[in-house]
Amino acid sequence: MSTVELGMPSLPNGLHGVPAATEPQNRKEYVSDQEVRWCPGCGDYAVLAAFQGFLPELGIKRENVAMVSGIGCSSRFPYYLSTYGMHSIHGRAPAIATGLATARPDLSVWVVTGDGDALSIGGNHLIHTLRRNVNLKILLFNNRIYGLTKGQYSPTSEPGKVTKSTPMGSVDNPFNPVSLALGAEATFVARTVDSDRKHLTSVLRAAAEHRGTAFVEIYQNCPIFNDNAFEAFKDPETRDDAIIPLVHGEPIRFGTDGHLGVVRDGFASLAVREVADLPGGESDLVVHDAHTDDPAYAFALSRLTDAGVLHQAPIGVFRSVERPAYDDLVRQQITTAQETQGTGDLQSLVTGADTWTVN
Amino acid sequence: MNRTVTIEVKQLDRVVIRFAGDSGDGMQLTGDRFTAETASFGNDLSTLPNFPAEIRAPAGTLPGVSSFQLHFADHDILTPGDAPDVLIAMNPAALKANLKDVPRGATLIVDTADFTARNLKRIGYDENPLETGELDGYHVVPLNLTGMTVESVKEFGLTRKDASRAKNMYALGLVSWLFQRPVESTITFLQTKFASKPDIRDANIAAFRAGYNFGETAEEFSVRYEVKPAHMATGTYRNISGNLALAYGLVAGAQRAGMPLVLGAYPITPASDVLHELSKLKRFNVTTIQAEDEIAGVGAALGASFGGALGVTTSSGPGISLKSETIGLGVMLELPLVVCDIQRAGPSTGMPTKTEQADLLQVMFGRNGEAPLPVIAAQSPADCFAIAVEAARIAITYRTPVIVLSDGYLANGSEPWRIPVIEDLPTIDPDFTVEPNATDDKGAPKYLPYLRDPETLARAWAVPGTAGLDHRIGGLEKEDKTGNISYDPANHDLMIRTRQAKVDGIAVPPVEVDDPDGTAKVLVLGWGSTYGPIGAAVRRVRKVGGKIAQAHLRHLNPFPSNLGDVLKSYDKVLVPEMNLGQLAMLLRAKYLVDVVSYAQVRGMPLGAAELAEVIGNLVEETEGIDDDARHLGAAAAAVKHGEALADQNGHLKTEGAR
Repeated sequence: MSTVELGMPSLPNGLHGVPAATEPQNRKEYVSDQEVRWCPGCGDYAVLAAFQGFLPELGIKRENVAMVSGIGCSSRFPYYLSTYGMHSIHGRAPAIATGLATARPDLSVWVVTGDGDALSIGGNHLIHTLRRNVNLKILLFNNRIYGLTKGQYSPTSEPGKVTKSTPMGSVDNPFNPVSLALGAEATFVARTVDSDRKHLTSVLRAAAEHRGTAFVEIYQNCPIFNDNAFEAFKDPETRDDAIIPLVHGEPIRFGTDGHLGVVRDGFASLAVREVADLPGGESDLVVHDAHTDDPAYAFALSRLTDAGVLHQAPIGVFRSVERPAYDDLVRQQITTAQETQGTGDLQSLVTGADTWTVN
Repeated sequence: MNRTVTIEVKQLDRVVIRFAGDSGDGMQLTGDRFTAETASFGNDLSTLPNFPAEIRAPAGTLPGVSSFQLHFADHDILTPGDAPDVLIAMNPAALKANLKDVPRGATLIVDTADFTARNLKRIGYDENPLETGELDGYHVVPLNLTGMTVESVKEFGLTRKDASRAKNMYALGLVSWLFQRPVESTITFLQTKFASKPDIRDANIAAFRAGYNFGETAEEFSVRYEVKPAHMATGTYRNISGNLALAYGLVAGAQRAGMPLVLGAYPITPASDVLHELSKLKRFNVTTIQAEDEIAGVGAALGASFGGALGVTTSSGPGISLKSETIGLGVMLELPLVVCDIQRAGPSTGMPTKTEQADLLQVMFGRNGEAPLPVIAAQSPADCFAIAVEAARIAITYRTPVIVLSDGYLANGSEPWRIPVIEDLPTIDPDFTVEPNATDDKGAPKYLPYLRDPETLARAWAVPGTAGLDHRIGGLEKEDKTGNISYDPANHDLMIRTRQAKVDGIAVPPVEVDDPDGTAKVLVLGWGSTYGPIGAAVRRVRKVGGKIAQAHLRHLNPFPSNLGDVLKSYDKVLVPEMNLGQLAMLLRAKYLVDVVSYAQVRGMPLGAAELAEVIGNLVEETEGIDDDARHLGAAAAAVKHGEALADQNGHLKTEGAR
């Protein structure tokens, strides 16, 4: 076995290769004729509205947007967008989207998935898509519950959660989706909240522009089976102390009047402290650098998320680093093969070197 | 050295030769090279590689034995042969493991180097079988091949271990001499293969030449054999294995459709070689994705098809099980997808390197709901090319997943192939929809993704990037024409029946029956890789005067439209299969014909002799001949393909000439 130098195609933007729109677009153009059928009050409505409002900003041809989803409430998303779309099967959207993105560099490919779809039945495809860094964007709607099947615990549900399938409380230890993505060395990892349209849109924009797999966890409320799971991030009384805002280049400081901050704490760990208690005050705080190559930093940030009932969690872009995208490398090998060996004469290939002729 | 005995050349019309040794002895390579020499000489041939799933089982043990059988002839042959005329055994285990297949009278060329008491005991020989007389009746040629190899390469300064590794080339040289094979291609092959290791290259070439020269000079052999080139249809030929032919056929299908090929696959025996071959063909706009699992492999292929490529996935039975749900999605989406099942012995992990055809019912029905799809099967290694092109045609024309059935025997076996002219292959029209195909209530143009071609029932297929035709498709039941989600009972029934009608209506050629004078009462019907053994058995039966008709199915869903009439026009229909009667079950269900199933599930191809006996007996039974008066089966089984051999026994013998 040996290894070769791959050559690193460094493409500047997640939308490189996608044809630009010739006319300005508006939100309505991205609204399909299908009736939206989520429960009243579902957080998915807010995400859909933000997404429909955000797509025209990209300035790409509408027919070059492709949405791929799995199974679950959030996976109905493609039906409501007037783009190309596929509502596939449970957990497999990242695999299907990998084939689509690899075959079609002129498409902006988005995967819409949920906590059950992406982290339970489709966990394998998720981590492998992330490690390959395929140029596609994954929106994981995390409501910490199975909604479509009417209320069983999910792989992000807090331990002890009482649901239809766990009458004595869930004994499963949950995944932290951001930690998982970082463990798979995802190149772009972010978290946002369904109700904060401005922040959601800014994260979507950064994801679209990232070359490679962008993983975005969206805290999304299920009003029927897990209402108020993210209330701490929405209630004006609590949200300032709940949201640890990640802004590249800024010290990580938050809370009412900025009384809290994130500091380094022992080996590869971070902690939340009262700024007033720090000897150096704000100068002791970590300045957020999303471009940090070592995923250990972003991972340490992700561990500031509560594992059980959520009271506090970082929100924003944890990590955004450059690494060649899988599909770019695959296509480069085809181009290189064609440049060095020609585009291939099939007759000569099937004939091969050892032939004999019968007259 | 001058010979004191003149070498006699004997004409043979066919020979079955088997190379056997340890997994690490290079027997597959040796067999491949002998095959290449034989192919370039112009014999017809058929091969059967047979190796353990373990990469390197402990050396010298029975489970570690790997073999390669080649049947070559001066006439058209159909199988790798039931029994070897010559066995080359590179160690005691190879002799013991293979001897039961070798009839007395055959030649055993045995490397004696490893016949030590310890090695013999390890495999259950208390005494050296070369000395006990238990091999009486064979023509045994005991040679210290390893020792002579080491001697022949000593000038290259290799370790004894490295030097002895060239023993397979020494053996190859010897049998190349024995059968007058052309040797240039093997020298060229070794020069290329070991170009970066001059010592190894030179040692292998030296060993190969030394083996050849040993035959020439050593007086061990007083006879050489000649098998004249076969009379074959005019054209240019090459030798090809099933998996290579399949890979080339997939590329040809995509090219004839003007579509890029995207393979999503996960390594699995015996399908991996298709992935390996296609990964070398990037210049043909072939993308290969080695996925994280079987499900992702088919998922990536389906995603690529959604994007307008020809998505392909290759696997074997266990992988097909995992892919079932995604294949069902492909049925629902109505997108092209080629799914190749290179069957192996199951169930579960089964016997990965052994052949079987027990996935037929799985691929026909192994999905939830009514999920019909076309199924086609290759009948010989070279036919894998044509079957792959046919799969592309059906998948693209009808917008459907297509299952291609091959098996381990076809995948690794090889035969001469008359090379087709690519430009003469029919083109495939993807017929992408690029403009609206309907109008709405107000007369405005619109696109209906499930509007169908009235003849083929294929849906209108627009790919992403086509302006104005954006649409959403999915696994939920969809409304006729619009493709919108629908739970309407009547619509569901309509869509179920429409998808079924589309598959039922796929144009497939009629099944052809070989019934020479039209008087046979018994038809033998097969599918897949049993084509060779059945054909050979039918020849034997005819040779002894039996009347038998033969037909073979390449299309298993839908069946050829004349199949029912064909079945009903014979008193008895025999269906031999390497499963417990899966095609027989389908035929009984669909045509209410009481077919006779002949089932053998041993992980090996059916034997021509056993099959000839079964056919002969059935022919006489149908003619009303009593059990004890029957002779046709036994006579047919005893026929050595009907062709005279060099001696009375029908086996290659050299003793008489010494």
